[in-house]
Amino acid sequence: MARVVTAPSQAGDMMPPCIRVLTQVSECHTIMSAQTQPPSPGPWRQAARNLVRTPSAMVALAVLVAVATACLLAPFYAHAIARTNPFQSTVAGTIMLDGRDVDIMQPNDNPLHLGLSPIGPTWRTTYMLGADSQGRDVMARLLYGGRNSLLISAGAAITCLLLAAGVGIVAGFFGGIVDTVLSRIMDIMWAVPVYLFAISLSIVMVSQQVRLGPFVLRADRLFIPVMIIALVYVPYAARPIRGRVMALRRAEFVTAARCLGVPGWRIMLRDIVPNVMTTLVTLGPLLMALALLAESALSFLSLGVQAPQPSWGTIIQDGEGLIYTRPMVAVAPGIAIVTVVLALNILGDGLRDALDVRDGGRRS
Amino acid sequence: MNDTPAPAPLMVVRNLSKTYHVGHGRHLVAVDGISLSVMPGEMLGLVGESGCGKSTLGRCMLRLTDISSGQVVFEGRDITTLPERRLRPLRPRMQMVFQDSSACLNPRRRIGDLLAEPLRVHRGPDGRRRSAVDIERRVRDLMDLVGLPAAALARYPHEFSGGQRQRINIARALALSPRLVVADEPVSALDVSVQAQIVNLFADLQARLGLTYVFVAHDLAVVRQVSTRVAVMYLGAIVEIGATDDVLHRSAHPYTAALTAAVPRHVVGATPPPPLGGDIPSPVNRPAGCRFHTRCPYVQDRCRAEAPALHSIRPGHEAACHFPLAPHRDGSVDA
Repeated sequence: MARVVTAPSQAGDMMPPCIRVLTQVSECHTIMSAQTQPPSPGPWRQAARNLVRTPSAMVALAVLVAVATACLLAPFYAHAIARTNPFQSTVAGTIMLDGRDVDIMQPNDNPLHLGLSPIGPTWRTTYMLGADSQGRDVMARLLYGGRNSLLISAGAAITCLLLAAGVGIVAGFFGGIVDTVLSRIMDIMWAVPVYLFAISLSIVMVSQQVRLGPFVLRADRLFIPVMIIALVYVPYAARPIRGRVMALRRAEFVTAARCLGVPGWRIMLRDIVPNVMTTLVTLGPLLMALALLAESALSFLSLGVQAPQPSWGTIIQDGEGLIYTRPMVAVAPGIAIVTVVLALNILGDGLRDALDVRDGGRRS
Repeated sequence: MNDTPAPAPLMVVRNLSKTYHVGHGRHLVAVDGISLSVMPGEMLGLVGESGCGKSTLGRCMLRLTDISSGQVVFEGRDITTLPERRLRPLRPRMQMVFQDSSACLNPRRRIGDLLAEPLRVHRGPDGRRRSAVDIERRVRDLMDLVGLPAAALARYPHEFSGGQRQRINIARALALSPRLVVADEPVSALDVSVQAQIVNLFADLQARLGLTYVFVAHDLAVVRQVSTRVAVMYLGAIVEIGATDDVLHRSAHPYTAALTAAVPRHVVGATPPPPLGGDIPSPVNRPAGCRFHTRCPYVQDRCRAEAPALHSIRPGHEAACHFPLAPHRDGSVDA
């Protein structure tokens, strides 16, 4: 123990004095500027700033907000503008167009004049997009259907994320046998084609009532497609979450927390979960896009939203038989689905870039 | 020194090994049967090339990785197989400063939060949970101790330079007033100029707080600054250990001699031993006999057949070599 400790006043004796002065100045400078600057924004605020600076994501967000607002205002449109409701079937009525009475259900223009064709798009307040085969206003149904479709896909995405986060975080954090069991279950679920799985589940749930203890779910409840779609996509979302958690568990800051004696559950809540949140937020819009497509497919097959409730999938099904004469019935909800799915994907990409913590702080 | 009974060592490592399975039935022996003791108040430098197992040894000592075989005794208590739950109450007394100053700070938490974390988790010296006011005060004291302004507490890790971040890490390691601090290459990722500041901070804190260090480094100049004793590691084993001056200036092992010769210095006329050829052998396929014989400039037949054990060169100075070097007066060495 002969060595004498270097006192701080001799701090620079290892290097030439000029270097010592320089380094002290530079370190002082950064510390000083740290003092004068306003408190730094948190990672979420920084991500929001990054997102606002991404034009494509902002356009996508605007489109989504516009579609959602229009769908939320569906009752207003139906009652105040179109003066109808999404279930009102008008087979024998007429409307005034350019001063003439026009039949809502018109004789077919085919040579045999067999059957009736609903009125095509009028581009007026009533029957703006025409009528379907039961003489219902397609625009009103489109807006009401959007409420169902968006509600189901958002609900399914959130439910799916919660389930997947639970599975992924538990599997990734505890590893070992827990991880093996959960991962194999996910693999088995994932091995079944998604739509086939969803269709099988729906057939069971729609044909029979679902009993959850005292609760009985009837087939026409929106909750059923939400549950089915959420369940089907759990492996899709759980896998990246598990991977992220496993990487985080090996991160040096987790070892450092362990070294400080922080209990495992606290490391999970305070160090791992906040870092996984970015993965969840990024997955959210992508999952919602997938859920919207799945919902449309199920509804098209009469296994999702049940008639007479509209959804974009059921409207497409309604329009299937009119595809040659009145294509707008099927095309309008198709355009709505494509627009929303595209916007969600672009928003998801923007979120992923904006949340990248590594350059998040330096990009400004 | 001779009359007073030797104080009990703070940490004793006995025959510690750490083996990794690398597949195909092969094993990587990162640490190969190391024994050493760390005395209270000493600053033990662990030196060696990268990959020699010095960081793994440091992590094993704090039970941050599982130990394959051997024993680690801290404050007279065997912690080798202690479950994490029972290890946690001991954690405040043994801390680590990590090499990568940015990787060991959660990027999503503010500095104040990161520094307060150990204080929130552990009870205070009075056995009760620390109050928010106490924690706040302690965090400010810690920032003061490592020379950072309290305004930095509201900032995120990425807003600091490497040297500042390492100061934060030191503050965090010291938050619980540890007795033993294992510093795992704490300055090797920093600029040379900043290295000196951090090294001096370590030395200063040792003097003020009576800390015991195990200082892992590959830079002999750094080790010379902060160590009272030096252990030189090669391929997972200690080849030479002793007081800093003895090991670095009167090296007995050819490997140590080669390491010190590789440090530029201005001694005129001294003939350094030839530089080492070749690379460090893979810890998966270690050579038989002396582990250094493939690169030793003075290799003999006995070295290839028989592994040398650590034996005493002079009091407190041991080397694992069949033919230890005899030092000249001018500091140069000879076979």
